[in-house]
Amino acid sequence: MKIRNKKNEDTIELQMTPMIDIVFQLLVFFIMTFKIVAMEGDFNIKMPLAAHQGQPTDIQTVPMRLVMKADAEGSLASMKIDSRSFTDMDELHGYILSKVGTDPGSQDSDQEIELDCAYKLNYEHVIAAITAITGHVDDSGQVVKLVEKIKFSPPRGAPPK
Amino acid sequence: MRVTKKKEGLEMAEGDMTPMIDMTFQLIAFFMVLINFTEAEQDERVKLPSSVLAKPPENPLEHYITIQMQEDGTCIIDGNDVPLDGITNVLRSQADIMQRLGTSRGDVTIIVRAHGKAQTGKVQDLISKCQEVRFERFVLRAKESLVIQKTK
Repeated sequence: MKIRNKKNEDTIELQMTPMIDIVFQLLVFFIMTFKIVAMEGDFNIKMPLAAHQGQPTDIQTVPMRLVMKADAEGSLASMKIDSRSFTDMDELHGYILSKVGTDPGSQDSDQEIELDCAYKLNYEHVIAAITAITGHVDDSGQVVKLVEKIKFSPPRGAPPK
Repeated sequence: MRVTKKKEGLEMAEGDMTPMIDMTFQLIAFFMVLINFTEAEQDERVKLPSSVLAKPPENPLEHYITIQMQEDGTCIIDGNDVPLDGITNVLRSQADIMQRLGTSRGDVTIIVRAHGKAQTGKVQDLISKCQEVRFERFVLRAKESLVIQKTK
């Protein structure tokens, strides 16, 4: 039995070593499993089943048709709506903005855009086009919505099955 | 040089551990809050295209199936590689399970996480195959871009 001096009996000394061991184990575990993940978001697309496609909807406006063509590598070769061609996504966004408008009251919520894409086109170009169509981020960081109804038409140039 | 005489008078020096423990607990709390165990829904082979409008949804989807598509068009469901042609059977079994749990196919959203360099036609083929199994709600997932698009 350990006999302590009377002077030392006043203070109780906790054994910190096991706790620090466990705490460092936890810390190492969390550091090793930590993974920085980029935030992700979704774009809704309208793809009703074939049975519903022939039925008339409540949409009064004719959907705009954005044709996107690709070169052999899958890069964007051209894009146009009707006869209007666009060289980049900013130009496309400006066109959509001029068609739809920015005032909340004047937004044409029924406006719909159909994407007519080449089969080989890289998917990133489609997302860039959807971004240009859907809206933009204003100076205050708020998302301004333009056209939210987006659908795909069957792809062009699909390889034979 | 050994000094024995002085040692008797020396008290054991103890460092103050409190700040270190404080910091360590802070670090543990930080990593615990930020840790993400949802590895099944993300695969490092799939590099999502980025978009400034891709903001995390305010209301998370209740019923969903995540399908990832790699650059070559191979899909990933629940961590398993599935060729595009075989996706219908996998979806059918998933839909049956959901139906048994009381969720109809119309309430299920298909989250498409496709690689930026994947062919758009293959993404559309994937959507068509989902439609064959009578899924009709789709979202295209993109990575949030930190580059702010200029306001027109």
